[in-house]
Amino acid sequence: MKSITRQKPFDEVKEHLSSFDRPFIVGCGTCTTMTRTGGLEQVVEMKDRLQGLNKRVSGWTVIPTACDEMAETAMKENRRALDDANCILAMTCALGVYRLGSYINHPVIPALDTLFIGVEDSPGHFHEVCMQCGQCILGETAGICPMTACHKGLVNGPCGGTNNGKCEVDKEKDCAWTLIYQRLKDQGRLELMRRYQPPRNFQAVPRPRIIKV
Amino acid sequence: MATSFKEALSTNKFIITSEVAPPKGTNLEKMLHHIDLLKDKVDGINVTDHQSSVMRFPSIGGCLSIKERGGEPILQMTCRDRNRLALQAELLLAYTRGIRNVLCLTGDAVPVGDHKEAKGVFDLDSTQLLKAVHLMESGKDLGGSNLEGSVEFCAGAIVTPEARPLDPQLIKFEKKVEAGAQFFQTQAIYDLDNFGKFMEYARKFHVKILAGIVLLSSARMAKYMTENVPGIFVPQNLIDELAAAPKGGALAKGIEIAGRMIAGLKKNAICDGVHIMAIGKEEVVPDILAAAGI
Repeated sequence: MKSITRQKPFDEVKEHLSSFDRPFIVGCGTCTTMTRTGGLEQVVEMKDRLQGLNKRVSGWTVIPTACDEMAETAMKENRRALDDANCILAMTCALGVYRLGSYINHPVIPALDTLFIGVEDSPGHFHEVCMQCGQCILGETAGICPMTACHKGLVNGPCGGTNNGKCEVDKEKDCAWTLIYQRLKDQGRLELMRRYQPPRNFQAVPRPRIIKV
Repeated sequence: MATSFKEALSTNKFIITSEVAPPKGTNLEKMLHHIDLLKDKVDGINVTDHQSSVMRFPSIGGCLSIKERGGEPILQMTCRDRNRLALQAELLLAYTRGIRNVLCLTGDAVPVGDHKEAKGVFDLDSTQLLKAVHLMESGKDLGGSNLEGSVEFCAGAIVTPEARPLDPQLIKFEKKVEAGAQFFQTQAIYDLDNFGKFMEYARKFHVKILAGIVLLSSARMAKYMTENVPGIFVPQNLIDELAAAPKGGALAKGIEIAGRMIAGLKKNAICDGVHIMAIGKEEVVPDILAAAGI
């Protein structure tokens, strides 16, 4: 599982930091390092840019995994610099923002937008394959999730916007149902596509989603 | 209208439907004018539902106007903007106000329209909406409760006979038939040979097929649609014919082409009728009918 993020426009970060002059910057050694949005290089770059705005960056760190208890350890190790800071600028995904906020009383400002949970198809190319809907139909759709891969999340086949195997919202994007059709056909399982799928249960796990294992 | 759309569908009559687009705003003058122009010439008038995801006066509002003026409305209902509660509620309203025809659509994607940041709902899809209509006819709603007074609709759907690839579209078509679609209005068709092949297939199903006729107003528009609109292919000979029209005469040529196609479909009994979409030029629909000899 990889949390895919994108850096917020710098002006937005600047706006969020307008009332904080002493940020402490946190990056993450896992997902945001891989997406080059909050790894060592980007954290140092952010420090330089903030210093250029006359912010007194009290310190920075890249936590190996910001979404687990390593975040707590890192907070303890950096106590002095954190005491000197009046906010944390998190170059982590939203899970890291949440974690950091639960260990320290400073405001935690996200520098990134968390986009989706995805896989890396080839270096630098990330792709959403699951939206965690709580009622998996991959077994009937040849392993391609129409809830995720179809722009409209349709479960009964393609819409009229499908065009030569591409999607009406983006000519570069594959039509999920053309892919599903081809794969089911190759597998000799097209009867699955003919099967009526009833309306989805959008409350399969009511939000906020919590589970005890 | 002397007969309802459903009654017309039950005969062997060549069915004609057309459509009007509600305004962006409260000035209904143009839409009402188009309704008056069409209501006695066609078997049903569709009212588009935020066509191309552009916010407008609602489809049901246009349908009520058609009722008030003595026409036969076909309520276009997309799944883009309403969840299952709102869709069912609107069907209840439509029924109580005498609207008896509903065209169940998935709806265009939000980003193609003019409110690009809106949330696309798609709680149901077109097939599920068709099923919901029939469930409500049986006196139940999607939550499993009984209705105090049920509904009765002539429910239809759309199909794109020129979709590429076609097979996935045909699977969806069959699912819509099984879900209870009684009639289909197709995406625009221009190649009658291709459409004939589709009809050979579609004839196996007990549904009425109305061929989509979109008025070509210029060679440029025809070319644009072929290149940009999914499932629409205007053959080069029609584009050439439009291009060869005298200056200022492209629209007249488009009317002639549409009339010719309708006449051909009717004469050879290729399909059960046509759905004429003039897209902003509703004014000339009577001319198209005249050109078709109707």
